[in-house]
Amino acid sequence: MTDGIELKALEKRYMTPAGPVEAVRGIDVAVAAGETVALLGPNGAGKSTTIDLLLGLQRPDRGTVKVFGRTPDEAVANGRVGVMLQAGGLLRELSVRELVTMMTSLYPRPLPVAETLELARLDDVADRRTEKLSGGQSQRVRFALALASDPDLLVLDEPTVGLDVEARQAFWETVRAFAARGKTVIFATHYLEEADEFADRAVLMARGKVVADGPPTEIKSMVGSRTIRATLPAVSLAGLQRLPGVATVDRRGEAVVLTCTDSDTAIRALLAAQPQARDIEIAGAGLEQAFLQLTGEEALAA
Amino acid sequence: MNALTYGRYELVRTFRNKRFFVFSLGFPLALYYLTATANRHEQDLGGSGISAPLYLMVGLAAFGAMNAMLATGARIAGERSVGWNRQLRLTPLSTRTYFRVKVLTAYVTAMLTIGLLYIAGATLGVRLGATDWLEMTLLMLVGLVPFAGLGIVMGHLLTTQSIGPAMGGTTALLGFLGGVWYPITGGAMQKVAEALPSYWLVQASHVGLGGQGWSHTGWLVVAAWSAAAAVVARHAYRRDTQRV
Repeated sequence: MTDGIELKALEKRYMTPAGPVEAVRGIDVAVAAGETVALLGPNGAGKSTTIDLLLGLQRPDRGTVKVFGRTPDEAVANGRVGVMLQAGGLLRELSVRELVTMMTSLYPRPLPVAETLELARLDDVADRRTEKLSGGQSQRVRFALALASDPDLLVLDEPTVGLDVEARQAFWETVRAFAARGKTVIFATHYLEEADEFADRAVLMARGKVVADGPPTEIKSMVGSRTIRATLPAVSLAGLQRLPGVATVDRRGEAVVLTCTDSDTAIRALLAAQPQARDIEIAGAGLEQAFLQLTGEEALAA
Repeated sequence: MNALTYGRYELVRTFRNKRFFVFSLGFPLALYYLTATANRHEQDLGGSGISAPLYLMVGLAAFGAMNAMLATGARIAGERSVGWNRQLRLTPLSTRTYFRVKVLTAYVTAMLTIGLLYIAGATLGVRLGATDWLEMTLLMLVGLVPFAGLGIVMGHLLTTQSIGPAMGGTTALLGFLGGVWYPITGGAMQKVAEALPSYWLVQASHVGLGGQGWSHTGWLVVAAWSAAAAVVARHAYRRDTQRV
């Protein structure tokens, strides 16, 4: 395995009728071979453009892209990149097995068709025509097509849009199984829990720039706070506010919610001061919260 | 890379398409029997000097083959509409091979149409020497080159909704002006017809007269249309993929 994926000082602007749009404004990301990286960001953040540049579907105005030390076109031509594009259809008039066989024939060192079908969990529909598949099944076929070349890099652009929770879970299990073979996976998503659950690392984008890059837990800790929730009727909020490690206090009916700068210290202090506290829950701030905070206007101004 | 497997499934797809059977095979065959049976003893159809079964056999073979070639466009438009061309750009398949396979597939289906009409012609008494059959077929295959380009152009300029009517209209118009159903002799109509590639497809039946198939004009017209179609096809493809 050679070096991984390198995006260096990437810039890309488009001309639109409304004037030029700077879709990507200087992106530097390096992904080591074997890593699973989530590309996160709101619509218009530049995720899709970044993926197009990574795949060589578009040329950057400035900067370079290296995929395992080669240009994207070379990597694609060698079958080292498997891609599941956002919202794509399938060729009609072929069965799933035939379509996978057809596409497999294009690659220099593909996976055996049977293995691809098994990995993508398509055995039960392998002989069905592509036009007769459900949404989840079509999406698995598109995943199978991304696997067909036995790629070293798997790129998934919002792969689970439109799938129900169950199908989404099942999908990520299959991705995980493939990643476990030492493959590099880069996926764009706006489902934060997917990044949290499946990525080693999350790259947050906003307005064409990277605003945070690190393990999902680290990104969450950049926002820092955890909350303690406890049932504590008839206790003065002012007293709770003075406890060490507590930032703010809120009452929600019978319960109080303490937003903490240091939840470990705060919980000890709380139990010492209020031993009658019941139903205690400590929760980390969601990635959602980190996401909003880091992609918001103030983060951009900084 | 194995373009053979890829091409094989392209063919499989074509044969599973009902529209292909209707427009490229069924329709020309039915029309042939409808028009030629009644005139089967006519030895000089409309002053062309060619027997009705032979003239109409080549005319309708030309019509079916035109349809088969233009059907490439429908397949390309369909693939574009589901983003399949983008998917293909992310494989080692080169653009050149992609179009080669498309055109070859179109030719296989066109030859099937031609073969079917030849058999139908034989049942109505068309008899030619082996070299005449061969020469006639070769002329038709050359005459189909512009239609291969035209199919690619339509596939890249039109959508799946508009390509059906556009194809039907084009083949009907070119067929009519090219003399698919009845020979065009003399007058302004012939001048127009001689400038069309469909006319020369139909003219391949002149081989049956024992003379040469195409005049110099014929070769020139077909060459010009081929070159023009190739240029426009290239342009349409480039324009289309830039936007993707």
